[in-house]
Amino acid sequence: MAGKPTFQELILTLQNFWASKGCLILQPYDNEMGAGTFHPATTLRALGPNPWNAAFVQPSRRPSDGRYGENPNRLQHYYQYQVILKPAPDNVQEMYLESLKAIGLDPMRHDIRFVEDDWESPTLGAAGLGWEVWCDGMEITQFTYFQQVGGIECDPVCAEITYGLERLAMYVQGVEFVYDLAFNDQFRYGDVFHQNEKEFSAYNFEKADTEILFRHFSDAEKQCRELLGDTPLPLPAYDQCIKASHAFNLLQARGVISVTERAAYIGRVRALAQACCEAWLKTDMGKYVPRGAG
Amino acid sequence: MADFLLELFSEEIPARMQTGAARDLERLVVGALTDRGFLFEGIKAFAGPRRLTLAISGLPPKQGDVREELKGPRTDAPQAALDGFLKKTGLSKDQLRIEKTAKGDVYIAVIERAGRETPLVLAEILPEIMAKLPWPKSMRWMPGSSVRWVRPLHGILATFDGEVVPLEFAGVKSGNMTWGHRFLSPGAITARRYDDYAAALKKAHVVLDAEERKAIIAEGIKQAAFVHGLEMIPDEGLLNEVSGLAEWPVILTGQIESQFMDVPAEILQTAMRTHQKYFSLRDPKTGKMAARFALVANMVAEDGGKEIIAGNERVLRARLSDAKFFWDEDRKRSLESRVDDLKGIVFHAKLGTQFERVERIAKLAGGIAGKIGADAVKAQRAARLAKADLTSDVVGEFPELQGVMGRYYAMHDNEDAEIADAARDHYRPVGPSDAVPTAKVAIAVSLADKLDMLTGFFAAGEKPTGSGDPFALRRAALGVIRILLENKLRFPLMLTDDLLSFFADRLKVALKEKGIRHDLIDAVFSLGSEDDLVRLVARVEALQAFLKTDDGANLLAGYKRAANILKIEEKKDGKPFVGTVDEAQLSDPAEKSLFAALQMVKANIGSALAAEDFAAAMQQMAGLRGPVDLYFENVKVNADEAGLRQNRLNLLAALRTVLHQVADFSRIEA
Repeated sequence: MAGKPTFQELILTLQNFWASKGCLILQPYDNEMGAGTFHPATTLRALGPNPWNAAFVQPSRRPSDGRYGENPNRLQHYYQYQVILKPAPDNVQEMYLESLKAIGLDPMRHDIRFVEDDWESPTLGAAGLGWEVWCDGMEITQFTYFQQVGGIECDPVCAEITYGLERLAMYVQGVEFVYDLAFNDQFRYGDVFHQNEKEFSAYNFEKADTEILFRHFSDAEKQCRELLGDTPLPLPAYDQCIKASHAFNLLQARGVISVTERAAYIGRVRALAQACCEAWLKTDMGKYVPRGAG
Repeated sequence: MADFLLELFSEEIPARMQTGAARDLERLVVGALTDRGFLFEGIKAFAGPRRLTLAISGLPPKQGDVREELKGPRTDAPQAALDGFLKKTGLSKDQLRIEKTAKGDVYIAVIERAGRETPLVLAEILPEIMAKLPWPKSMRWMPGSSVRWVRPLHGILATFDGEVVPLEFAGVKSGNMTWGHRFLSPGAITARRYDDYAAALKKAHVVLDAEERKAIIAEGIKQAAFVHGLEMIPDEGLLNEVSGLAEWPVILTGQIESQFMDVPAEILQTAMRTHQKYFSLRDPKTGKMAARFALVANMVAEDGGKEIIAGNERVLRARLSDAKFFWDEDRKRSLESRVDDLKGIVFHAKLGTQFERVERIAKLAGGIAGKIGADAVKAQRAARLAKADLTSDVVGEFPELQGVMGRYYAMHDNEDAEIADAARDHYRPVGPSDAVPTAKVAIAVSLADKLDMLTGFFAAGEKPTGSGDPFALRRAALGVIRILLENKLRFPLMLTDDLLSFFADRLKVALKEKGIRHDLIDAVFSLGSEDDLVRLVARVEALQAFLKTDDGANLLAGYKRAANILKIEEKKDGKPFVGTVDEAQLSDPAEKSLFAALQMVKANIGSALAAEDFAAAMQQMAGLRGPVDLYFENVKVNADEAGLRQNRLNLLAALRTVLHQVADFSRIEA
């Protein structure tokens, strides 16, 4: 890479880097979700005994973080780069540091630190121990050893590495305002996404029809339960769980969920996630099938 | 004698856990060695971002021999008992001795164990200790294993007298290798003893000792600040934290952009501290915060830190932009207009919203103001506004700035200065070293805030338990006590019984440091009539002084004697003596004189207490000492004639009643 990498070069570099480490390079999941962790390639594949190494970009939607395109770094739609390695390799920290070098962050010129930050997703019933990685005081990555997903203990334990791509790119390019990022040589991030942020902020905070969203939530919950019935279909069921979660996030942005209700809604999504995870572990892909056996 | 060196090398250990882990490791190893009869000369424990280290000097090469006698079953016990004993001791029957005891003949096993080589013992105890080292939070990482450590463990260096102590934990075999700084000295290092270990690490850019790292940081910041004519704003907590985040601390300073310097210093400092772990600097002459910060890196960068500083400055700019934005936005609305928003914040499920709480506090503060001479209207207004900053963006981002921001916003709204100050100071005292509010309006709001919390949570059944006090009610009660005592405020608390006894306990703790006896507090508190803490403490102090005198000590002895007699005789008679003395039946001069003294003293104590002249009350009691002593010397209380006995017991009861005007003497420890 000559000079400072563009946003897309950064992504391509990470893709090539992790492909070279033996990761499957997957594509984003086609459902709205709050974080890459919701991708079934993370949530479900983190469970059970099968080895799994995958990397992918995941568009992440956090409706409450919308700022109508006016905040220098807060977005309601942004990209995470997610790497999931199961079992966690012994040298996973070194692999990660190598990836920083690949995108132009040379640890010999910067101050890279692993600062305690345990991760938890109450909606997924998931938790892990790890760090936020700091580069010159900037948090650039969340690094987690999963201990539990869907309320189920992870064994083997996997490592999840989540790069905040916009933030990382802003750092690498020395840009103060996210919309000024060079997406490629011709387009800025703002050319691609500024209108998007304005419109979706208005949708998230003002226009989203809460009645419809409440209905979507219950419909998704109902459908998820049905799909986990007699002949369980955990993958379609989990799709519904993701939809319920996103509907909940939108309802929260609309400010129609009180503090006490909030806990109850989170509990309902978690119950779905747990049921999906349990059903997944009973499928052929979820339970251990030794290679070459059966 | 030889030395033992242990290093447990892992991925980054959370800063907040390092010191505790080193201490626990030391405690567990010392315990295990002592249990096995080892003595040693010295022990040192260290912790850092990637390692725990233990160095023990002067350990013997082997354990002392152990001879142990074990008592077995009786010789006539069933065979199964004997078999069990043989199995336990590993001996055969003919190796046992028979000994006569009070319970008959019993088998005795004599077990002689030659002391084992120290490395063998170490290899045995260390994996057990590692398994039970109490991390506040630990994790699994090995497939199929439940072994836990704070983060994945990568190395165990264990040497005794320079030789590797072979052991294994979490799939890691011990050796004599370790690693230096992650980036500055990436290769492996071998070490056989503590001295070459510490030296090799230093060469490899690792400062082993957290205290040394702290000293380096403190000195480094001092010098870096001095260059700019500045000094560090002391922050021990942050210093402790950052010393756990760098193996090789390097101090750098950066610039805060001038556009942020009109944001209140508290906001800048909090943003830098909590988000970025930067130290704030100030002008030593004016005490004003400077437009520079100090950061602690873990890196000697190739460019001398230029990129690191530039990067940190950029991150800070984004952080402070947020903070400034919040600060600017917050001031677009008045505090007054925010009060209604408190309806949306639940204080506690059983105690309603913050809005309801504010209404209660305002009412209470108004009442308190009247009693302590504060302006009631101002106190109510201050109480109404005091929590409004909870809805501001700055407090949302930095909860620890509650109150501080309220004051700024109140000043911005041109509220009265006393009201603005109360918004900040009503939370005080925040801890034992924090000052109490001294301005009347702030005191009224502060007391109202704390008392509302205490009465509310007690009524809701959320009292603190032995182990838990999630709503910090102890601190609230202690706050009330300190505010009243330190301001010498006369104020009846008017509390329920359980809350009053909660206060009594807190008061004992608070006064213990001043050397005031807890039993005397009990003795005065248990009269039940006193909820004016200032008066109560004055009485306790006078009582304590009195009991130190000869008269006091003797009077207490006399009281104890009287109380004992009464206790026994009341039990015998099945009724209490209430002190109705028949003057006509008094025969002995000593009882006549005690009666006369009591009559006089009773009235005098009453008026002294009414006048709150506790010294005078004590003096009155001192006057009883002579008559009481004389009484016990000359009068036979349990007279043969029943009427006389009754009367004499009643005279003692009268003494008890008189003294109980001052305090419940039965609660005073001799």
